[in-house]
Amino acid sequence: MIGVNHYLILSGLLFSIGFMGVLRRKNLLMLFFATEVMLNAVNIAFAAIGSYYGDLSGQMFAFFIIAVAASEVAVGLGLLILLYKKYGSLDLEVISSMKG
Amino acid sequence: MYEFIAFYIFAIATTILFVITVMSKNVLYSMTSLAAGMVLISGFFFLLGADFLGVVQLIVYVGAVMALYAFAMMFFDATKNVKEKHQNPALVFLLGGLMALVFVIMFSAPVIGDNIQALYPIEDGVGNAQAVGMVLFTKYLVPFEVAAVMLLVAMIAGIILAGKKMDYSLTKSEAIDEEMNVELKKGEE
Amino acid sequence: MENLVYVALFAPFVGSLFAGLFFARSPKTHLVGVVNSTLIGLAFIASVILALHVAEQGSVHVTMMTWIDIGDLNIPFGFKVDEVSVTMMLVVTLVSTIVHIYSTGYMDHDRAYNRFFAYLSAFVFSMMILVMSDNFAGLFIGWEGVGVCSWLLIGFWYHKADRPFEENPSISPSWAANEAFIMNRVADLGMLVGIFLIYWNIGSLQYDVVFESLKNLDSGTLVAIAIALFIGAMGKSAQFPLHTWLTDAMEGPTPVSALIHAATMVTAGVFLVIRANPLYSLDAVHGVSMFIASLGAFVAFYAASMALSARDIKRIVALSTLSQLGYMFAAAGLGAYWIALFHLAAHAFFKALLFLGAGNVMHAMDDELDIFKMGGMKKVMFGSYVYMFIASFALAGLPFMAGFYSKDAIIESAFNDGSYIIWFILVVTAGMTAFYSFRQVFFIFHGEERYKALGFHPHDMYKYVLVAMSPLAILAITFGWFMDDYHEFITRLLPDYEMSHHTHHLAPYLGGLVIVLAVTGIIIAYKKYAGRGEKAWKRDEEFEQSFLYKLVSNQYYVPHFYDQYIVQPYKIASAKFWELDKAVVDGFVDFIGKGAYKTGDISRGMQNGNLSSYLNWMGVGAMILVLIAVISSVIG
Repeated sequence: MIGVNHYLILSGLLFSIGFMGVLRRKNLLMLFFATEVMLNAVNIAFAAIGSYYGDLSGQMFAFFIIAVAASEVAVGLGLLILLYKKYGSLDLEVISSMKG
Repeated sequence: MYEFIAFYIFAIATTILFVITVMSKNVLYSMTSLAAGMVLISGFFFLLGADFLGVVQLIVYVGAVMALYAFAMMFFDATKNVKEKHQNPALVFLLGGLMALVFVIMFSAPVIGDNIQALYPIEDGVGNAQAVGMVLFTKYLVPFEVAAVMLLVAMIAGIILAGKKMDYSLTKSEAIDEEMNVELKKGEE
Repeated sequence: MENLVYVALFAPFVGSLFAGLFFARSPKTHLVGVVNSTLIGLAFIASVILALHVAEQGSVHVTMMTWIDIGDLNIPFGFKVDEVSVTMMLVVTLVSTIVHIYSTGYMDHDRAYNRFFAYLSAFVFSMMILVMSDNFAGLFIGWEGVGVCSWLLIGFWYHKADRPFEENPSISPSWAANEAFIMNRVADLGMLVGIFLIYWNIGSLQYDVVFESLKNLDSGTLVAIAIALFIGAMGKSAQFPLHTWLTDAMEGPTPVSALIHAATMVTAGVFLVIRANPLYSLDAVHGVSMFIASLGAFVAFYAASMALSARDIKRIVALSTLSQLGYMFAAAGLGAYWIALFHLAAHAFFKALLFLGAGNVMHAMDDELDIFKMGGMKKVMFGSYVYMFIASFALAGLPFMAGFYSKDAIIESAFNDGSYIIWFILVVTAGMTAFYSFRQVFFIFHGEERYKALGFHPHDMYKYVLVAMSPLAILAITFGWFMDDYHEFITRLLPDYEMSHHTHHLAPYLGGLVIVLAVTGIIIAYKKYAGRGEKAWKRDEEFEQSFLYKLVSNQYYVPHFYDQYIVQPYKIASAKFWELDKAVVDGFVDFIGKGAYKTGDISRGMQNGNLSSYLNWMGVGAMILVLIAVISSVIG
């Protein structure tokens, strides 16, 4: 039988993959993809826990996370386009302007 | 039994697809694998009995979000491979691996939660979509509406940022603003 | 009567506030001098009325308000006007009034005129609290208050630069002020210990309660309290070995020296012993009382011997003050409290007069202090001459002057007590007193006019100032005549001191001996210093090189000793502790600061402006948080 642990481990693994992507990606678009991976990984965990406890709250949270992710993509992509227009690139090395 | 098989197939497939998403140098590959991975994730939702969530996943993520990415990608040069300078790949893999390890160990432990009372229990004999609707429009009404407003704001923001005055930078200084005004006046004349 | 108590107490305070709050930063105005003098005069009038009231109907006791009421400790702001305190009030307010009026003339040319009056009136207020309080806590407030005012006034000309010790033994006003203040702190610690002991053992600080319950205490405690309180008195009244500050306190303006360091504040120690007479007259503390008397006699002689060779006009008067304080302590230690108080009052009058006269001379001589540079000045400043002559007469204890009655009584009581050593010292000192005080007078007013060669143009003080001084002169002459009345008045509160019969018939002879010695001293001084022409005084270089002369003129090397064995080691220790402080305390503080700075310097590298590396750091942070969560869940 598939226990909740299986889902959680999967979720954790996928999260770690996304995490790794966030750490290594320099291209902003690719970075966005990595964050999407992390968000989806978390959604799996929510759904699994909700199902395990027989509670709908987990699904609700996943639902709202999807909504947030959608908004984030909309705004984020708008910003990406602006950045691309300004610098002609999406590489973090190129657009870094916050020299400390 | 079929749940078991389905879970592992989906699990292996999503893992591979997401690894491709994260590691690929080609934006197109990356995005395609991400979209595919998301489709498979909706499979998990169906397995977990969260039918509505699965459908939303398909529609919103695979349908809307990925379509957005696809359109956005057209602005950028997607045919070329992305060149990235990796300063210390060892650290990345170490951290990622460590995190994966920690999660695996953490989640391998038996989940103790028998005494937890379900706040909004899943009712038997009611379809998932119906149950979700019941909860969403009663207990989670306010967050739902807020989320709706948020999406509206995000939509407007997206349009403004990407669409309006696409020839001018909105972030540059006053000099450019003046330049813009001059040109606007010219246009009016 | 209660209102009069408050008038006597708060009129000086109002004056001080008036000068201090409204005129502290404004230019010199005589309004301040006039208003303050009037207010002190008001306090004097109130004191006179109170004195009459006390004489007729007994003491007045008022409780203004509760001050401290915590647990068992209950200290009210209570004031008691009885025979002892009203005597002090009269002395303080009378001398203060005259000194205030005098100061309007003396400080005429000083820019800080207003500030001076603010301090001077504040001093009078503190002194009134000291003498009027009905408990030890109030006494201590006044005690510290006069200490602060003394500090402010000694250091009044704080801008004067330090000079080396050989040139000026009191170095500078600010140095002298600090010396006085610090030395008094040392003594006040003893005083505080005494007050704590009283509270610890009796549970109250009210005089009535304390003196009532003294008989319940064991002798060890009583002796400890007596010693501790006397240490406080020693500091304030500049008894050996805490005496050096008094002569150095002469750095202050002369009216201050007259009021604080001669007539009033320095007698506070004597007042304390008199106030605590139920304690000091107990058999258990007889040893302490004998010590007080012996120390008093010693200081009387010690100070007088130093005055023999002093050249500084104010120093001579200060040393004579010290000597007279010794007399007072001798009397108080022998149990003749009322005689001590009588001498205190008489001394306040003639000493203030002497000091103000000396102030006139200084004023005339452009602040020149060296009597060797003066001489023959009686022609130019006859008024001051008369006053100083009267005061010196009184000080020397010549018949029918104030000092004669009081000093004679002290000497007689020493003889009566059988303390012949004390008696002998006091008699010899009386002769020395006559010599040095007339040495000073003759030096200044008789003999060759040495000042002319030095280009001074002396002129006497304003007329109104001289007139204002006249009450002191009158009292210096006549105060002794009221001895019997005063005796009757004061012994209602203080224990009477009975001369025993077997010595009483010797009294005229004893008095005669003192007079003979005093007159001899005056004649020697006259022969030596008052001559003109061929007989004129010449410096005897050889004598000045002799051991005895050097010993005396260097104040028995006590200041040297203090400097060498207390101040210098303290300085060295301070320097060492400063090093330690820098290393440990500063080091620790710096370590924190530098730690933050270094951490910032190191972690600054993280802020390289590259979003990707920020993300990496964030990842590291997230990783750490996850680990902490795991570990804490495992442990918890």
